[in-house]
Amino acid sequence: MKQGIPEIDKERCKGCGLCIANCPKNILEMANDINSFGAYYTICSDESQCIACGACSLMCPDAAIEIILKREVG
Amino acid sequence: MSTQNLHMYRRPEALLNVRTHYCAGCGHGIIHKLFAEALGELNIREETIVVAPVGCSVLLYNYINVDGLEAAHGRTPAVATGVKRAQPNRIVVSYQGDGDLLAIGTGETLHAANRGENITVIFVNNANYGMTGGQMAPTTLVDQRTLTSPKGRNPQETGYPIRACELLSTLEAPAYIERVSLHNPGAVKKTKKAIVKALQYQKEGRGYSFVEILSMCPTNWGIEPAAGADWIKTSMVPWFPHKVFRDRPAEAAAAGGKAS
Ligand SMILES: Cc1ncc(C[n+]2csc(CCOP(=O)(O)OP(=O)(O)O)c2C)c(N)n1
Repeated sequence: MKQGIPEIDKERCKGCGLCIANCPKNILEMANDINSFGAYYTICSDESQCIACGACSLMCPDAAIEIILKREVG
Repeated sequence: MSTQNLHMYRRPEALLNVRTHYCAGCGHGIIHKLFAEALGELNIREETIVVAPVGCSVLLYNYINVDGLEAAHGRTPAVATGVKRAQPNRIVVSYQGDGDLLAIGTGETLHAANRGENITVIFVNNANYGMTGGQMAPTTLVDQRTLTSPKGRNPQETGYPIRACELLSTLEAPAYIERVSLHNPGAVKKTKKAIVKALQYQKEGRGYSFVEILSMCPTNWGIEPAAGADWIKTSMVPWFPHKVFRDRPAEAAAAGGKAS
């Protein structure tokens, strides 16, 4: 199974929640906090469960989510 | 054994590092991102000129790192025609909303398509006039409530929603016409493919390419962004089906393959 890390840029996030609604693992949620623009932002509650499917980054209208793929080497 | 990390998805380089003015959950943001990705993939960022419409995406050239100019409301295909004819080696993109493309700009849209201008039109169909506060557009669905159809669009009074792809498909000249949407990650992937294909065809000089994208406008629809994505699927797609209406280059390739 692929393993990923969603890197969420909270300053870009507008808190629309499209990523949260489309995450197949339900590991994204809205933070109980706001960024410097006054918007709620998405956080990942359990990175170990991310399967690097890319659904969140595809849906994000603000390109706030980058996905890093973890690979075992050696 | 150790782990090595690499980027699976990165913000496209052609997307400028600024915050857009779009509402949370607006489809324009997703489309800008896909457009920027396509420019990177085809390596055509430097040669691209985008003609921005009047509508929410009026500041498009502030968000995507390409040359751009602004046309009067609905006139982007006419301006794009002039730019392309003067600079045939540049990739010229006309980016338009539904009010721009199908109301005030219907004439320009039809005639640019009919002439088969070698330009790409990206048509963002969000079923209303976003920028001015959510008035009824030619694409507003029957019974859909907007600022100017508070009881729902009544076709006896204002007609039925216009299907742009079907309309343009009656013309002989267009090379590529497809309708895609943004309602889920799979659909977004297909939208990206369609944009890449349209730009590729223009690069190859195949003629007029048109991509209609069903997009969400949660603020003016008065629903949450995720519900907006669902609304595209449940309400818009039945009237505006996903389809490749025309793909002349692919048809020609298939015919050529059979003959040989
Ligand atoms: C000649 C002219 N008429 C009317 C307007 C007002 N106006 C500004 S944007 C707009 C409609 C935009 O809607 P659409 O093209 O659907 O784009 P969206 O904002 O939904 O992306 C209108 C009618 C204008 N700016 N210029």
